[in-house]
Amino acid sequence: MARSARPLGPARGAAAVVALAITALFVAAIAMLAAQAQGAGRLGPADWAALRFTLWQALWSAGLSAGLAVPLARALARRRFWGRGALMLVMGAPFILPVIVAVLGLLAVFGRAGVLNVALGAMGLPPLAIYGFKGVVLAHVFFNLPLATRLILGGWASIPAERFRLAQSLRLPLFPHIERPMLRAVVPGAFVAVFLICLTSFAVALTLGGGPRATTIELAIYQAVRFDFDLGKAALLAALQFGICLIAASAMGLLPARDLRDGAMDRVVVRWDGQDTAARVTDALVILLAAVFLIAPLLAVAFSGLGGFGAMPAAIWPALGRTLAVALAAACIATGLALTLALRGGRLVAVAGHLPLAVSPFVLGMGLFLMLRLVVNPLPLALVITALANALAALPLAYRALAPEARAVRLAYGPLAASLAMPPAAQLRHLYLPRLRRPLGFALGLSAALSAGDLGIVALFANPGQETLPLLMYQLMGAYRMEAAGGVALLLLGLSLALFWLFDRGGRIDARG
Amino acid sequence: MKTKYLISVAGLCLGASAAMADVPELTVLTYDSFASEWGPGPAIKAGFETVCDCTVTYQIAIDGAAILSRLSLEGGATKVDVAVGLDSALTAAARASGFFAPSGVDEATDLPVAWNDDIFVPFDWGYFAFVADADTPAPDSLRELADSDLKVVIEDPRSSTPGLGLILWAKSAYGDGAGALWADMADNILTVTPGWSEAYGLFLNGEADAVLSYTTSPAYHIIAEGDAGKVAWRFDEGQYMQIEVAAALASSDAPGLARDFLRYLQSDAVQALIPTTNWMYPVRMPEGGLPTGFDDPAAVVKPLLMTEGEAAALHDTAIEEWRAALAR
Repeated sequence: MARSARPLGPARGAAAVVALAITALFVAAIAMLAAQAQGAGRLGPADWAALRFTLWQALWSAGLSAGLAVPLARALARRRFWGRGALMLVMGAPFILPVIVAVLGLLAVFGRAGVLNVALGAMGLPPLAIYGFKGVVLAHVFFNLPLATRLILGGWASIPAERFRLAQSLRLPLFPHIERPMLRAVVPGAFVAVFLICLTSFAVALTLGGGPRATTIELAIYQAVRFDFDLGKAALLAALQFGICLIAASAMGLLPARDLRDGAMDRVVVRWDGQDTAARVTDALVILLAAVFLIAPLLAVAFSGLGGFGAMPAAIWPALGRTLAVALAAACIATGLALTLALRGGRLVAVAGHLPLAVSPFVLGMGLFLMLRLVVNPLPLALVITALANALAALPLAYRALAPEARAVRLAYGPLAASLAMPPAAQLRHLYLPRLRRPLGFALGLSAALSAGDLGIVALFANPGQETLPLLMYQLMGAYRMEAAGGVALLLLGLSLALFWLFDRGGRIDARG
Repeated sequence: MKTKYLISVAGLCLGASAAMADVPELTVLTYDSFASEWGPGPAIKAGFETVCDCTVTYQIAIDGAAILSRLSLEGGATKVDVAVGLDSALTAAARASGFFAPSGVDEATDLPVAWNDDIFVPFDWGYFAFVADADTPAPDSLRELADSDLKVVIEDPRSSTPGLGLILWAKSAYGDGAGALWADMADNILTVTPGWSEAYGLFLNGEADAVLSYTTSPAYHIIAEGDAGKVAWRFDEGQYMQIEVAAALASSDAPGLARDFLRYLQSDAVQALIPTTNWMYPVRMPEGGLPTGFDDPAAVVKPLLMTEGEAAALHDTAIEEWRAALAR
């Protein structure tokens, strides 16, 4: 089989350790909860309704995000225009914002008092109601469309220029010969990633869902732990969530993986297709619509934040420093782990790489708390634990960004390296790292930004003097200081974008497009 | 690498606590807005430290409900000496946990209902209420709200104490009719949020006509923002109460300090702080009375509060009634 290209020797062992450690950690987190429980949990009809709703909204959100990402990624792949880089950057922002900030931004546009309904009202048209199932899906698409687009865009970027050139000279239609095989390889991965993210949705689903119809498993876990003190039920629900994730991640592992890059000669892709007017107009429309959909709520966040800038307390500066430290640590850990897994490749590793997506952060936090308590007082370590947990949360995305390209390098250069008996360190240095720069930069940027914006499990542990920016923002909101909280949200938005931009940019230097 | 770091951090902590060993430490677990720089926490710490010859250290949980869940996660093996901020609707569960010891505090309070509890010491309280703009037509009851076209945001009773308070409110005022009330109110509930902050944020952004909050909320806007444009709706059937309580841990190694701290929470110094830091009513009226901007709590003629036994017995059925009516 073409897979005979062997992964880096030492990487195999390391990857196995990482994959096992991740799996063991999540199983242990759930087991710790169960061990603390007074008895076995029981699920009622409300829990099954929550399960149905969770799956249903996640399927819709993933389907729409992945589906809409295809034309958007295609348009972005074949158009070069002024502001493209900035657009790509800002498009990633919804994903990395604290949930409540993004929701308030979305509502400033689509809500009952939002811009859209004010405009509809001015034209004498009936208002659009966002709350309900469609609101939940709309928000999830808002969060995840940029991610799906980036993942699919990576597929387009990985098609070697030679293929386009060859197809062009043979006058072959591009879609069936080049794009369809690529999409078949990339779209399921994007679909599963979004599906898994939406599986643990809680605040978005509830706030925009309009009521208990929109109850997710994550809320049921939260309730079981916080109000019913029924840890057995929480463990059972977490196990259920974990099982669904395993099934989804495995299903993806079983999909035929396509070789993306064989025969490529590392040239920058120059596109000749899609130059007719119809294609240009369609692409322009797609990009414009997506930009408005994704950017308008962010503008609302920025606008309402400006007023609160002066009201921000002095505590934001140390919090900013802590947030930055946690984000950088999380980014390095996530990317390091993801690279270890990606160099090894293979289905089991792929499943392990996706696990963190569907383990409720809440359960992970409590599991870590219970485990650490056996050896050390976890409270002074709040920031260390938060960095670790954020790294785990970002790992699947870093892995998704790295895996296809690492595999492509392995397939293209593995046999050559083997025949030259290249030592693994040299392979890493000369073959992998230079070719993985772009996805490495993306992975670092995304995990740093994600970690900065996430309230994460710091809220479970933090004590006075350990606040991060998102936690400070929630504290301000809890103390009626919504204006100052808006200022902090804007600061966070800026910080996340700057982190993402720096790393992503670093990965792109010398690698046009 | 990582282990080394963990060990060295743990070593630092040990060293630090050894250095302070001659001064007793009182660890107080509370919710984060209480301990934050805008809450009463910092002033209470400073004030108590001047009289106790001890160090007060806060540990924070996300909200009142999280306090008990943190303690049950720790399974009794905790450093915490005092828990501050448990909700009166959850005292039954807290009592059943066995974590808490009798307080030894038995001072009279100005609460509008009798409070006799050997464990839980009240330190502030409030009435739940819908808060709206002054020019929004105000309904006179939950029933009238359900029959109106008004849109409100409420908190989820499964994840927030105001949400739970509303469920008990409806149950106290309407009894077996609560299910029918919820069925009629379903179209008035714009959405349900996980916690108070999200709900209040949506309301301030103009999404809803009113939000489930407290009768004391307008005082924040008057005092801190000079904005008299927010009002709390008073309902004919009465307002449901929330009493926030504190308790000493049975496992505390400083029970004397813990009791002093509980007493201190009811002292004039702390009670005078409560209105403009926690934006709730004090349980004992401080010397200077309430700050201008606060309504007299006596204006509510029908305070509603279930006993903890009633609340615990109705908890599951009342939430299920709400869920079933709204999930339709």
